[in-house]
Amino acid sequence: MTEMISPDLFASVPDPDGRFGPYGGKFVAETLMSALADLERVYRDLSCDSDFQREFDSDLAHYVGRPSPLYEASRMSDAIGGARIFLKREDLNHTGAHKVNNTIGQALLAKHMGKKRIIAETGAGQHGVASATVAARLGLECHVFMGAEDIKRQSLNVYRMKLLGAEVVPVTSGSKTLKDAMNEALRDWVTYVDNTFYIIGTVAGPHPYPMLVRDFQSVIGREARRQSLAMTGKLPDALVACVGGGSNAIGLFHPFLADEKVTMYGVEAGGHGVETGQHAAPLSAGVPGVLHGNRTYLMQDQNGQIMETHSVSAGLDYPGVGPEHAWLKDIGRVNYVAANDDEALAAFHHWTRTEGIMPALETAHALAYAEKLAAEMTPDQHIIVNLSGRGDKDILTVAAIEGIEV
Amino acid sequence: MSRLTQCFETLSNAGRKAVIPYIVAGDPTVASTVPMLHSLVAAGADVLELGVPFSDPMSEGPVIQRGHERGLANQVSLTQVLEMVTEFRQQDQATPVIIMGYANPVERMGYAVFASECATAGVDGLITVDLPPEEVGPLNVELHKVAIDNIFLISPTTPAQRIKTITANASGFIYYVAVKGVTGAGNLDSSDVGVHLDLIRAETGLPICVGFGIKDAESAAAVGVMADGVVVGSALIDTMTNAMESGSSLDEGIEKAVTLLRSIRAGVDNM
Ligand SMILES: Cc1ncc(COP(=O)(O)O)c(C=O)c1O
Repeated sequence: MTEMISPDLFASVPDPDGRFGPYGGKFVAETLMSALADLERVYRDLSCDSDFQREFDSDLAHYVGRPSPLYEASRMSDAIGGARIFLKREDLNHTGAHKVNNTIGQALLAKHMGKKRIIAETGAGQHGVASATVAARLGLECHVFMGAEDIKRQSLNVYRMKLLGAEVVPVTSGSKTLKDAMNEALRDWVTYVDNTFYIIGTVAGPHPYPMLVRDFQSVIGREARRQSLAMTGKLPDALVACVGGGSNAIGLFHPFLADEKVTMYGVEAGGHGVETGQHAAPLSAGVPGVLHGNRTYLMQDQNGQIMETHSVSAGLDYPGVGPEHAWLKDIGRVNYVAANDDEALAAFHHWTRTEGIMPALETAHALAYAEKLAAEMTPDQHIIVNLSGRGDKDILTVAAIEGIEV
Repeated sequence: MSRLTQCFETLSNAGRKAVIPYIVAGDPTVASTVPMLHSLVAAGADVLELGVPFSDPMSEGPVIQRGHERGLANQVSLTQVLEMVTEFRQQDQATPVIIMGYANPVERMGYAVFASECATAGVDGLITVDLPPEEVGPLNVELHKVAIDNIFLISPTTPAQRIKTITANASGFIYYVAVKGVTGAGNLDSSDVGVHLDLIRAETGLPICVGFGIKDAESAAAVGVMADGVVVGSALIDTMTNAMESGSSLDEGIEKAVTLLRSIRAGVDNM
């Protein structure tokens, strides 16, 4: 199927209505429609404005610390004995994950739009921390919505956000996780739409968010492409990234989509196992529907109610996924697979002990799959894994699972 | 002529305004919903709005969110909501019934099946909060086939140019959302409502009903003077649940909500 795809196709989405094939769009209440239109207009103008691009690039270089290194995990590769594994080190960014690439970009948009108040939803707290960070730097008021369940399992990040001056608003409705935090952020935005900029943390939500978050995160793939050519003389044979909403994955994948020979794997959270129903893998086991402003694959029951998800990692615990991934799945360009909780936990330990790199539990899903994939490949081939974030925030979670008191 | 159009015409000829209560199907119980609809009609409701419980009601404030949660806990699906309308129609063929909800349950049922089931059940109109004109095309095709009205929201942030786009897709009536915010939030500013209603009237001859922020006879009357009808939801549900939380029985809770609607009816009639 991939052979028939023209390279131009990937540059043609989303269309002006925000659609990626049948997915995406703007499914929101009327009150937000004009705010989305404003954002779209401002982004269209600024994305081809060289001053804006220069400001963004300069912030990424001097504040975030880009480019992030591409590191060859030789000890792990040798232990597996298959393909060489390279890690794109987003964990070395300021604040410890890829999320900050996007919050820098959206904060610049907020500044240009004269918005003094920013809101964000967060699951693992990484996007909340990255939002609170840019808010502190620009002197903006910041409110972060977070499920009460996630506040418990990511207490370190909650305190970090408070130290940065953000208000963390606990969300107690529904399943008390990321999807409910997003509902609450949308409710806040409807109420304070005049002075508020909503910084969405992943490639989901209504148009133009999936597009602009993708564009801001694509710096990951552009760098990785250059670095791969410089270090190995060729493009990678495969890319692997975990998929929650899908921002770190699309950021790595997008600049390679037109390179037919690069195979891609998006790794969803298999939770207790996709076959148990207790997971967060809508691309592996969901059905298309409408949630949070876009049409995409969702975990839902036969009546169209959104189902509760389960994952050991708060950042992947979401019943939907960005609409561009839904489209990439349907056209067969990207393979979507799942790694279970226990596989992710095993990878967390394995990589920490073998490479001295402690990954976020989200990232550990990608690493777990990469180990299997590398084993089926040969040493003349190489894989790039997006090391989307560092694992410090998860130490208490891992300890609790293992019954260790810290 | 549709039941809704007929209803607004009769009201307008009599110089009266529509009073439109909103409740969530299956809240507080499955068995209470249809009898409560009949009681609301007896208390003076002209049109009924029945909420379809959804797991992620993004435009609702806490009061109606809890209503959705209770409806879901009682296992109420879109199919059951349509069954309730069928049951209601056995005794009342005159009062228009609108169902209000979110896109996903309708998507899951399928637009064509949904439209035909609505027609069979006796539904007159639909409000889907997250289906703006940009996204509603395919559903509207199916609704047209069975002559069901699609009712759109217009908000204080809707630019004048967009009002045209919305009214071009709308039928039945226009629902003006009087406050920026979720249901049950804030207090509405009736002078601001007046300005927006004039803008909408310049584009359409459809009746305009106003909702979000109407709490009692007084706020209903203040808006009723300017609009063709008023919608009241959170205040009814709040009254009912507050009563039940402080020890009233289910019947007493419902009766308190119905009494509030009766006073709103009187407020609107005597303004
Ligand atoms: C380190 C890390 N990786 C991945 C994710 C998942 O998000 P996305 O799929 O948008 O990259 C998160 C979300 O919190 C995260 O913190």
